Amino acid sequence: MTDIERVDALDKVTGRALYVYDLKFPGMLYAALVKSTVPHGIIKKVDPSRALAREGVEAVITGSQLSHVRAGIYIQDRTPMAAEKVRYLGEPVAAVLARDLRSAREAAEMVEVDYHELSAVVDPREALREGAPLVHEKLQEYHRYQEIKPLPNSNVANVFRLRKGDAQSILQRSDLVVEDTYTEAMISHAYMEPMSVIAWWNPDGTLELWTSAQSPFAVRNLLSKALELSESRIVVHVPYVGGGFGGKAGLHLELLVALLSKAVGGRPVKLTLSREDNFYVAPSKVGVSAEGKVGLSKEGKILALMVNYLVDAGAYADYAVNVGKTMGYIGAGPYDVPNVWIDSTTVYTNKPFATAFRGFGILEAHWVVERLLETASRKLGVDPVQFRLMNRLRPGSTTSTGQRITEGSGDLAKCLQVAADMVGWGSRKSSSHPTYVGRGVALAMKGPSVPPYNSAQAYLKFNEDGTLDVSVGTTEIGQGTMTSIVQLVAEEFGIQPNKVRVDLVKDTSRSAYTWQTVGSRSLFYDGNAVLAAVDDAKSQIRRIASKVFNVEEEEISIGGGKVFVKGGSRALDLKDVVMGYVTANGNVIGSPVVGRGSFVVPDLTYLDSQGQGNPFPVITFGAQSVEVEVDVLTGVVKVNKYVGVFDLGRVVNRGLAMDQLVGGAVMAISLALNESIKFDEGGAILNPNLVDYKVAEIGDVNDNLIGVFLENPDPKGPRGARGIGENALLGIPAAIGNAIYDAIGVSVRDLPITPERLWREIRAQRPELLEV
Amino acid sequence: MKIKFRLNGRDVEADVHPSETLLETIRDRFEITSPKGACTQGVCGLCVVLVDGEPLKSCLVLTPEVQDSTVTTLEGIKDERIETVRESFVEKHGFQCGFCTPAFILRTYTLLGRKLSREEIREELKGTLCRCTGYKAIVDSVEEALIKVRE
Repeated sequence: MTDIERVDALDKVTGRALYVYDLKFPGMLYAALVKSTVPHGIIKKVDPSRALAREGVEAVITGSQLSHVRAGIYIQDRTPMAAEKVRYLGEPVAAVLARDLRSAREAAEMVEVDYHELSAVVDPREALREGAPLVHEKLQEYHRYQEIKPLPNSNVANVFRLRKGDAQSILQRSDLVVEDTYTEAMISHAYMEPMSVIAWWNPDGTLELWTSAQSPFAVRNLLSKALELSESRIVVHVPYVGGGFGGKAGLHLELLVALLSKAVGGRPVKLTLSREDNFYVAPSKVGVSAEGKVGLSKEGKILALMVNYLVDAGAYADYAVNVGKTMGYIGAGPYDVPNVWIDSTTVYTNKPFATAFRGFGILEAHWVVERLLETASRKLGVDPVQFRLMNRLRPGSTTSTGQRITEGSGDLAKCLQVAADMVGWGSRKSSSHPTYVGRGVALAMKGPSVPPYNSAQAYLKFNEDGTLDVSVGTTEIGQGTMTSIVQLVAEEFGIQPNKVRVDLVKDTSRSAYTWQTVGSRSLFYDGNAVLAAVDDAKSQIRRIASKVFNVEEEEISIGGGKVFVKGGSRALDLKDVVMGYVTANGNVIGSPVVGRGSFVVPDLTYLDSQGQGNPFPVITFGAQSVEVEVDVLTGVVKVNKYVGVFDLGRVVNRGLAMDQLVGGAVMAISLALNESIKFDEGGAILNPNLVDYKVAEIGDVNDNLIGVFLENPDPKGPRGARGIGENALLGIPAAIGNAIYDAIGVSVRDLPITPERLWREIRAQRPELLEV
Repeated sequence: MKIKFRLNGRDVEADVHPSETLLETIRDRFEITSPKGACTQGVCGLCVVLVDGEPLKSCLVLTPEVQDSTVTTLEGIKDERIETVRESFVEKHGFQCGFCTPAFILRTYTLLGRKLSREEIREELKGTLCRCTGYKAIVDSVEEALIKVRE
C-alpha cells in the first residue's frame, strides 16, 4: 500500500485547526476553579462574597450545590467538586463564573474556604496499614461495576487476582528463585492542549458539549448515567484534540461544566485548565510498586512467576482500578509461563487521582517483568536474548489468562532477533571510564484492554460527483487513524484519496459510533467497520451494475473509480452508478448507495475469578532494544540508539506507523529517565508546571531511532493489520534498565532513572566505579 | 491603557490592562488562534509570534511593550516561502496532534535562508515543546524546508 498524505495536514500546518481551547460562543462565561489548600479535610465553610463582589463575576457555584450528582467510571466515588470533604490538595471545591477568564481566575483567589483538617495518607503503603486515615469512609456504599470490589473500611479500591497453575509450590521447587522490588512514579500525560470543555444547554433540555476528549461516545454514555439523561439528549462535539495519551479517555470535566452551565440557566460555560490546574485537577498516570519473584529451572526455563502490585490511584478510582487489573492480567506478558500468581491491589491516597495512560498498566508491568527476567537470566548465566527466545509465547502456547496464541498472532522470535541484531547485540562495546556503553533488550506485548462488547460502526455515502463521505467514531488525537481510514476506502474503490472525506471532527448525533479512542484499537475496530461498510456499498454497486450490463453480480468488478464486467471492455464511471443508474428513457436502476458496516469480536470473554479468559481482540508482539551510554560520575544516561521491531500484520500507512514508533519511543525514554510528579509529605505537587516537570525537549534525543515492521497478517485485522500506538512504549524503560546493567553491572529498580538516583545506586552497588 | 501596534499587516488599537499579555490580547481581543498557551510561563513556546521580525514568546510579553511594533502570527505571513515550509511539514510528517505546529512552522520561517545542520536546527528550535512526534520528523521537516528554500 502506498502512503497517502495526512488528511488533517492542511488544517494543522496553516494554524486553522481549531481545538476546544480555541472555541467561544456568544454570551459565554468562563469558569475558574477554587482549589483545596489541604490534602484531606472537612469543608467547614465556603464564603464567596468577596469573589461575587468583583466586577465581571456572575456566579460562584460550590461543590455542595452539585453534590446530588455522582461520577466515576468503575466506582461512583466522586461528586463533580468536593462537597463535604476534600480528598487531595488541589481538589476543586467551588467554581467562579465570570464574563472573562481573567476576572474568573482572579475572583477564584478571593473565595474563602475553611477546613477542618484531617490526617492524610500520601504513601500507598501507608494507605494499606491498619488504622490508616480513610480516604473514603463510605466506600462500600458507592455504586460500582460488579467486577470491581472495594474492601469496606479500608483504602483498597480493588484487588485483582490471577491464578494460573500453582506458582507458590512450584517456586519452592525451582532451581533458582530471583526476587526484587520495583517502583514507578506517577507521571503527567503533558498533552500540549490542556483540558478544555464548553457546555451549553438547548431550550429543549438537550445538552451540547465541546470537549477535548478522546472518546466522545464514552463521554456521552458516562454523562448520561451521571445526569440521568438519556444518551439521545446529549450531543458531544470533539474538534481537533491537542494530544491525549490516555489522559482524555473517559469522563472528566464535562460533568462539572454541564452542571455549571445548568446553574446559570444553560448559558455556554467554558472551563480551560491552566497548566498548573491540569497537574492537579486533571488525572495523571498511576504510581506503582511491585514485588516480583520468578522461579527457573537450571536450563533457564521459567517455571513460575509471582508479582504483587500496589497501584496508587490517588483520591479517586477513575480508570486506575482497571489499569491495576490490566497490569495484573497481562501476567507474564509475552512469556510462556505455566504457573503465574498475580495480586494487583489498587489503593486510594490523598493525592490528585490517576487515570489511563498510553500502555494502560501493561506498560507498568513490562518494567517489572522484563527487569526481573533480565536479572534472572544474568544470574543463571544465560544470554538474555537466548533466554527470551527460549521462554517466549509461540503458536499453541497460552498467555497468563489462558488465551491461545496462533500463527496469526505474529512472529515474536523474529522481532527479537532483528532487534538484537540491529542494536549490535554481542558485538564489542567501546567503554572508557567514566563512560560505559551497554545494550539491553525487552519484549513487548499488548492488546487493547477493552470490554468484550466494545464495537465500532462506520458508514459511507456517495455524492453526485462520485466522491464519498465516510464516518467513523474514532477521533483524530494526533495518531493519524483518520488518514488510514481514508486510505483504506480510497484503495478499495481505486480512487484518489482526495475524493474521500472523513469526519475529522466528531458530533455524536451524526458520526458513526465507536466505543472509545483508546487501547490502540482504532485501526483494528474502526478500520474493520469501514471495510464492512465498503463491502456493503460495493454489493449495492454490483447489484445495480449487473442489471445495467445484464450479467451476474459476481461478474462485476469495482476498481480504478470504475465499475466493469470482469474480462470485458464494458465499464461505467462510479458516479454514473452510485446515485442510481439512469437509463436512456429516464428509468432508474437502483438507488443512491449508502454503505454501512460495523465490527465486534464475538468470542471475547470477561475474566473469571482466577483471572482466566480471552480479553484481547488482537495482540501486537514486538521487541525493543537500546544502546546506552552511562556516565558513572554523574549518573547521566544517554540513549545512543533505539530499535523497535513490531509485527504489525499489515502496515496500512508506513509513515504514520513510524510516527507512532518514534513518538512513542521518545515519550518512553523521557518518562524512563526524567519524568515524575513529585509530592511533598503533605500531598502538594512540587513540580506542577512544565518548568520543573521536564518532558523531552528537542535537544534531548538524537535521531538514532529505528523502526522495523514485520507483516505476518492477523486473520481478524483490517487487511491483516494490528495496532501500534501504545505498543511503541512498552519495553523501552526496561530495555534501558537492562542496558544500564549491561554497561556497569548496576541494577536499577525505580522509575524514573534520574542521574541522582542512578549515581546513588552506583555508590551502593559498585562504589569502585566512583573512585578517581 | 490604549496600545497601538501593527498586527498581521493591519494597524490595531486595544485598551488593555497593564498586565495583559500579548498572547491574551492576540487571542481574546483579535481572535487569532494559531498562538497557543500550553504553559503560559515561557516554557512550551507554542505562543511564539514575531515582534518586529523577532520570534518572541507572547505569554511573556506584556501588550504595552509592543506599542508601535509590528506583530505577526502565522496567519499574517504573506511571504510565499511559508508554503514551502508547510509542504515540508506535510511531506515529512512534522506534526501529529497539531497543537504545537503553528509555533514550529513560524520558528522554521525565521530560519529560512540559513544553512543549518540537524544539530544546529535542534539548537535553534530549543524552547518549543512537542509531546507527540519525538521531534525527529520535525527536524526532518525543517531540514527539508531549508534546503528547498535555498534551492
